[in-house]
Amino acid sequence: QYVPVKGDHVIGIVTAKAGDVFKLDVGGSEQASLSYLAFEGATKRNRPNVQVGDLIYGQFLVANKDMEPEMVCIDSKGRSSGMGIIGQDGFLFKVSLGLIRKLLAPKCEIIQELSQLYPFELVLGMNGRIWVKAKTVQQTLIIVNILEACEYMTAEQRKQALAKLSGH
Amino acid sequence: FMQRGLDSHTKKQLEEEEKKIISEEHWYLDLPDLKEKESYIIEERSFMPCEDLLYGRMSFKGFNPEIEKLMIQMNSRKCKEEEIEEEEKMEADVSDEEMARRYETLVGTIGKKFVRKRDQRVLHDEDEDGNSNMRPSKKAKKKFLKPQD
Repeated sequence: QYVPVKGDHVIGIVTAKAGDVFKLDVGGSEQASLSYLAFEGATKRNRPNVQVGDLIYGQFLVANKDMEPEMVCIDSKGRSSGMGIIGQDGFLFKVSLGLIRKLLAPKCEIIQELSQLYPFELVLGMNGRIWVKAKTVQQTLIIVNILEACEYMTAEQRKQALAKLSGH
Repeated sequence: FMQRGLDSHTKKQLEEEEKKIISEEHWYLDLPDLKEKESYIIEERSFMPCEDLLYGRMSFKGFNPEIEKLMIQMNSRKCKEEEIEEEEKMEADVSDEEMARRYETLVGTIGKKFVRKRDQRVLHDEDEDGNSNMRPSKKAKKKFLKPQD
């Protein structure tokens, strides 16, 4: 179970749009709120195009046990720096929080090995959610399977699996 | 009239007695004052600073060039000082030497603007002569020629 922490970058799913505020499911005990002004270049007239069911990568502005967590897609200098609506296509899946920490470690072999295979894009949320997008559906699914299995495979098994794939 | 003073006096006495009774009822701890220890424990709820985690958005082999730029930016924040210094050096488009040369010539050209006409001739002549001696004598000033009758 994920506990929202201030400053953490997470992937949220838009569940409701209540006027000026979006409700995001973050995998925690409560839904997080996200204001439409918390995007780069958003003004009252220029609203971001967010629909229910969209994926959003943002960070927590407020996250304590007394209040509803609040998210923003903008950093302290007003730039989006990669946050915001995650584009079309791609695949979202859940893994354990421990695996995310492993994957985000400075020298993560899994990610380095995967990056040698083929071009793809990856977004890791600290709430245990990963979004992957590659050129073909098959490639995407391969990456998803490897990442999910990485929890239980040893390094050798992983290298074997990757060697098979790169052989193809 | 003394009675009023007495009344206020008795009132004060009564108040004091009441206070005594109340304060006796309060419980006091007979423990010595404990010094407050400064706690050296800071609570940190996020994993990010603990393990120095990378930025969550990544792209490989040029799938999304904007994100690849971001990756370089974000991950270079770790090696902050070195990177910033290098970037500052690179941003200077014109080197110091060129700047110095430019300024030398610049001062000359702007100085000429403010020179008066007579001095201009001097300047002009000096430029032409260069190393050799000054011209023997300048041409005689043209005088007004009277029209011959």
